[in-house]
Amino acid sequence: MSQRHILAMFSNFDEAEAVISELRSSKIEGFNFDDLTLKSPIEHHEVERVLGDRPARVQWFTLGGALMGGLLGFWLISGAQANFYAQMKGGKPIVPLPPNFILTYEMFILGGVFISILGFLICAGLPAKRSPLYSSTVSEDQIGILVKAEESAIAKIKSVFLSHEALEIQEEAGK
Amino acid sequence: MEKDIREDIAWAKINGDVLKSLENPRKLYWVIIAVALLAFGVGVACEVYQYNVGMGVANLDNPHVWGLYIATFIFWIGMSHSGTLLSAILHLMHADWRKPIYRFAEAMTTFSLMTAGLFVMVHIGRLWQFYYSLPYPNERGIWPNFQSPLLWDAMAIFTYLSSSVIFLYVGMIPDLAICRDHLHPGWRKKLYTLLALGWEGTDRQWRNFRVTYLTVACFLIPLAVSVHSIVASDFAMSQQPGWHVTSFPPYFVAGALYSGCAAIITLFIILRYVFRFEEYMTLPILKKTVRLTFAIAMVWTYLNAVEFASVWYSHDAPSKDVLIQKMVGPYAFAWWGMIFCGSIVPLILAFKRFQTNIPVLLVVSLLLNLGMWLERWMIVSPTFSRGYYRGTWVQDQWPSLVQWGMVFGSFGWFTLLFMIFCKVFPSVSMYEVKEMVYHRSLHSKKGDTAEQGAH
Repeated sequence: MSQRHILAMFSNFDEAEAVISELRSSKIEGFNFDDLTLKSPIEHHEVERVLGDRPARVQWFTLGGALMGGLLGFWLISGAQANFYAQMKGGKPIVPLPPNFILTYEMFILGGVFISILGFLICAGLPAKRSPLYSSTVSEDQIGILVKAEESAIAKIKSVFLSHEALEIQEEAGK
Repeated sequence: MEKDIREDIAWAKINGDVLKSLENPRKLYWVIIAVALLAFGVGVACEVYQYNVGMGVANLDNPHVWGLYIATFIFWIGMSHSGTLLSAILHLMHADWRKPIYRFAEAMTTFSLMTAGLFVMVHIGRLWQFYYSLPYPNERGIWPNFQSPLLWDAMAIFTYLSSSVIFLYVGMIPDLAICRDHLHPGWRKKLYTLLALGWEGTDRQWRNFRVTYLTVACFLIPLAVSVHSIVASDFAMSQQPGWHVTSFPPYFVAGALYSGCAAIITLFIILRYVFRFEEYMTLPILKKTVRLTFAIAMVWTYLNAVEFASVWYSHDAPSKDVLIQKMVGPYAFAWWGMIFCGSIVPLILAFKRFQTNIPVLLVVSLLLNLGMWLERWMIVSPTFSRGYYRGTWVQDQWPSLVQWGMVFGSFGWFTLLFMIFCKVFPSVSMYEVKEMVYHRSLHSKKGDTAEQGAH
């Protein structure tokens, strides 16, 4: 069966939350709850909670980036200082830890920030092409619910949207 | 109690008001741009002259090698602090009154750092050999000294600049999508489409956005503190009289926050008028910023006193001599000016009636920054004029017009970049103001319900 998208716009989070709860509890054949996407003009923890456990994994990128940055920084500095094996250093340590710590720390942060951003782009799926159905009111004051489902399920999903006073419904053309 | 923002502002109006600022500012905007261009032109002319004739025209010599250039460099690094640092701290503390003002404060950070960077280039004189200071493998096997605070400084500033730009950009992505969706076709729309990266406000995007923004904010706080501590180490780790002071790092950080907060007040007042942001940059938010500035001013004053006391009661005669020379020597007017502008003028901010008085605050914030600029000058130049060796006690190291011109030009350069940014990108965060309005209206609804229940 081919799959289609349907997008409904709502005027407030309460309606959108009610729709999500209803779609989650209803067992509509051909519709998987994970294929539901909420689009909103602002970040809203409460509504996101209704969507269930959808974890963000950016922190792992952060950890990896920070450690990599710190290690790379220390390796670069110590590697450069290693040429003092061939030069006189007057009895001072060849790789002095206290001053090296400062640059290592800066590189730790640099790596953490840069790789966090890379992680953000990967985890958030950015840059992205415009999805098949989009309304610019999402970036103004309306909340959108985009669903991907089997053609057979679209009518039932649409009726749920209409029962919650959807302001606008967009459907992908059938194939 | 006065509200930080009206809770009944329609979200569409927030979009409309901010987008209007991108197209239709007040006439004063163009006056500011013209003055900034003129000032920048003076700076460029001075640099061209110095480049062609040599550093002698700046009236710098050995040992007076830094002059106004490095003093102004520290000033701009300090100015950069409040933007990103305060934005990050207030974000972690869920202080939502930051939302209408953090964007321009972060932009201030970025452009201040870019301005500071110019002075590093300018003061070395031989611009074309700047790459000598970069740590890269070369055939002679010569590396910069990794134990020198000057190299730490370069690394810290690069990290801070790049992280601040990223913090500013990531925080702006949802707003760029708003611009993309609601502006007429043209070069701007193409630019916003490119920069918005296809943002559609999906739950997946918001979730990852939230975590990323929080994470970067957590990194930026210690980074900002480390940057100015390292700038302080440029001085404190030397043996020069007047610089070898243990309290320099916290003193520098407090000074940086202080000048940054004062600059936020100045820019708040200018943007509020120029872009008609009276509904978003409200007087209660200004009052909070003013109170914060007052608190930091008092911390700075205390740390200043600590520095003087530790020099005075030490048995380091040359350091004490430099301090006395600052008070009564050729730089006395600047030193007392610093004390007046940095410690006396902020007392005005303690009075409630002046905390929202815009003309007074504009003048006070400019005076505070004048004081902070004098402070940096008073750190750099007196020590060079009164070092360990009597032979170097030359008192005629008054900065030449070329140095003054370059300092003047730097203000033009900063203003130009900042004002162009505010005209091209939204200087008030639309989505965060919507969040602020939404959460406050929810909160007041809950309050009303609880009150009805009580009755």
